[in-house]
Amino acid sequence: MLTIGLVLALCAIGYMMGTRRALSSASGDQRLLHSLKGYYGQNVALSILVPSATLLVVWLIAQPLLINQSVASLFSDQDLAEGASSSLIIQDMRRVANGLDVVVDQGLVSDDAIASLDAESTNVRELLADVGVAVGSDVTQQTLDGAKRYRSLSKTGNFWRGIAVLALALAGFVFAMQRTDKNFRARNVVERGVLILLFGAATVAVLTTVGIVLSLIFNTINFFDAFPAADFFFGTRWEPSFSGRGGASDLGFLPLIWGTMYISIISLIVAVPLGLFSAIYLSEYASDRVRAVAKPMLEILAGIPTIVYGLFALLTVGPLLVSAFGNGGFFGVNWMSGGTAAITAGSVMGIMLIPFVSSLSDDIINAVPQAMRDGSYGLGATQSETIRQVILPAALPGIVGAILLAASRAIGETMIVVLGAGAAASLSLNPFEAMTTVTAKIVSQLTGDGEFNSPETMVAFALGMTLFIITLCLNVFALYIVRKYREQYD
Amino acid sequence: MTDTPKFTSMKVQDPRTKKRNAAEKRFRAYGIAAIAIGGLFLAALTFTILKSGLPAFTQYVMKLEVTLSQEQFDDAESQLLKTAVYRDIFIDNFSDQLEANGIDVNYDADALERLLGKVGGDIRAHYRENLSDIGQPTVFQLQLSSRVEGYFRGRVTRDTLVDSRFLEKTDLDIVDVLRDAGLMTGRFNWAFLTGTDSGVDNPGGAGIGASVIGSFFMMLVVLFLSLPIGVAASIYLEEFAPKNRFTDLVEVNISNLAAVPSIVFGILGLSVFIQFMHLPQSAPLVGGLVLTLMTLPTIIISTRASLKSVPPSIRDAALGIGASKMQSVFHHVLPLSMPGILTGTIIGLAQALGETAPLLLIGMVGFVAREYPDGVVSGFMDPNSAMPAQIYTWAARADVGFYEKAWGGIIVLLVFLLLMNAIAIFLRKKFERRW
Repeated sequence: MLTIGLVLALCAIGYMMGTRRALSSASGDQRLLHSLKGYYGQNVALSILVPSATLLVVWLIAQPLLINQSVASLFSDQDLAEGASSSLIIQDMRRVANGLDVVVDQGLVSDDAIASLDAESTNVRELLADVGVAVGSDVTQQTLDGAKRYRSLSKTGNFWRGIAVLALALAGFVFAMQRTDKNFRARNVVERGVLILLFGAATVAVLTTVGIVLSLIFNTINFFDAFPAADFFFGTRWEPSFSGRGGASDLGFLPLIWGTMYISIISLIVAVPLGLFSAIYLSEYASDRVRAVAKPMLEILAGIPTIVYGLFALLTVGPLLVSAFGNGGFFGVNWMSGGTAAITAGSVMGIMLIPFVSSLSDDIINAVPQAMRDGSYGLGATQSETIRQVILPAALPGIVGAILLAASRAIGETMIVVLGAGAAASLSLNPFEAMTTVTAKIVSQLTGDGEFNSPETMVAFALGMTLFIITLCLNVFALYIVRKYREQYD
Repeated sequence: MTDTPKFTSMKVQDPRTKKRNAAEKRFRAYGIAAIAIGGLFLAALTFTILKSGLPAFTQYVMKLEVTLSQEQFDDAESQLLKTAVYRDIFIDNFSDQLEANGIDVNYDADALERLLGKVGGDIRAHYRENLSDIGQPTVFQLQLSSRVEGYFRGRVTRDTLVDSRFLEKTDLDIVDVLRDAGLMTGRFNWAFLTGTDSGVDNPGGAGIGASVIGSFFMMLVVLFLSLPIGVAASIYLEEFAPKNRFTDLVEVNISNLAAVPSIVFGILGLSVFIQFMHLPQSAPLVGGLVLTLMTLPTIIISTRASLKSVPPSIRDAALGIGASKMQSVFHHVLPLSMPGILTGTIIGLAQALGETAPLLLIGMVGFVAREYPDGVVSGFMDPNSAMPAQIYTWAARADVGFYEKAWGGIIVLLVFLLLMNAIAIFLRKKFERRW
């Protein structure tokens, strides 16, 4: 924090001094400067800020990685073999180290005394519990040593980080001040720098995609090392064993993708007719007044957070469906035993998707040239005949694109299925039965208390990868269709 | 044509025309029905939210005037079982009050504990903090247990109640009498708005305040990262980018990121920010970073639209009087498109505020937000919950009492969303400029 404050202060000072120096080099006559005087100040400020901020960010990311590596080398392979995984031990150590920081902060033990702590004579776990840091098991000497090393390393790291950042800031300051002169092309330099910053911002989108792909790929490869790929892709049973040890898990992908597809299809059966008819009515029949009310009303449906739909499915629609189709229900059919079922999630999701279908189709129907309508009316067709036989066929590719986009939404939707669809993975045809989806299982596998390196947890990344690929293909295909269609009438 | 109409009259419709006109009417009715179903659903949703959520904002309390003398206080503090003494004092006051109101009902200490929880502790805590109240008559508003609240709201009835150590049927007689006497009433539940989350067994005490703060810090991160980055990226793409492979790549990326399922961003956050960079779990900072990446495409798309809507004549005029390209953008185009950019940003923030799935993966769910953060740094770095995550946590708990809290939380969330959208609409209406 102090470092950031100092650098910012230096920037402000640099701005003023840069401006002044430029002016004085032109002996106070602004007309002699190459650029407006503010650019000289901006040049100095940017030369201070950009390199030092970059260094700070890189250091903040790199330091924990290096420290982890150095601390991990304290443990021999043998320790790792008995004590599960290295990441767990390191996690423990980090917690102990953070706990020791709190202990020192509260003044229970002095900084020097920490160095002489040893696990045999002091109960470190209790010491930490006193300040509200809970440690899972008793702290061994080794963990304590690691924690001490971790503390001292990060302490020196933080110290040198401050020094290095400030030094770089000062260097930038001196360098820029030396260049400041009435003939220095400050504006061109500043604009070049700003352009590079703008370019950097634009690459964030690419970096995000790269981050998504890399994090999915690496973890998926790890998963397939521990679990045979064929069993994953062609397994028909989904029964993870919870403890993560003992008892092999069945991690078959088919029931999940089945549930996903089934629920998505139910939702599309609800959303496509409703959305399409709304779009047709709004674009072809509705008066401006009706349009002004109905269009925002449908768009509100898209703005409601999915957690609201999820809760609505779980607590309202589910019980309602059970009272209609359940035991002793309205229809007396006893098809449904619990409120969470494929149809619950599917129908609520369908309502959520109405605006996605309707607003895109609306745009597309509006893009059909008026001449086509007029031609049809001229031949004596009624309005509905025109819509069915002229407009819809003309708009069909675009509408298919809109439906595909809605389908990709449905496949990636999480909260509604987590709350409304149930947890049992089944390869069933009955819409009144509980089903589960890829997204719901990603959530349940990653939020469980399983070990991070067990296949039961890692499977979530493989699921995420398939989800990403499926939705990506759908999106690219849909956007391609929509774009191609637009060009046709432009 | 083989099926030429046999007769034509302008006055009488032939059967075929009738059929066609009927089809026309039907078709139109389908459209109206589709919109009506959408509207109906919206109405049903609003109704359910209000009906199930509003009770979370009332709380049922028993009002009782207690007078505690200095001797009683000293005496109680010197005892071993202090709260038991306070309880007895409370019961004395209670029976006095019943007599004063002319109420006759059977009760014992256990029944009162079932109705009110451990009153002795509450009373002791109050007097120890407010020593000046000793000797004065003080009105206590003691919160009723969640099952009694359920009785007031009709969730628990005499028919469905099974006697247990939590509540017995005879207790309800006491409740009825006290309610008729006006000693048990409802009041606005401030604790729900300002309070923190409670344990799994105490739905009555749960509040959403801490997670509102968590959401607030997350939105700060999103605002301060996604606005500058989004605007900078849009300016580059819209004004400076050369037509080449890289620009195309960025464009494709942005339109795809906008459609990537939110849960995938959660996976990204988990493996990059938590596994790789070792940022703390459940921290609003991490949540904010993930949501930033999610909102960036939205902000970039809307910013580019509003940059595009500034007519080229503005740029040409600036360039014509000697401004550099960069100056024309930063001095003229950007200020003119600011209202559009802000509107887009607010809508992006509103989306991020309601997003739940990525927060599940970075550990914001299941974390019991018992405390407010104690400063700005702790607000960013310490584990906290966020509004949608808190709602999900409540919905996933077994006790039905939490459902009401979840609906109440949704009302709070929707109020924030409505507010943000209203600001966005206001900005658009006020500053929108058609060229």
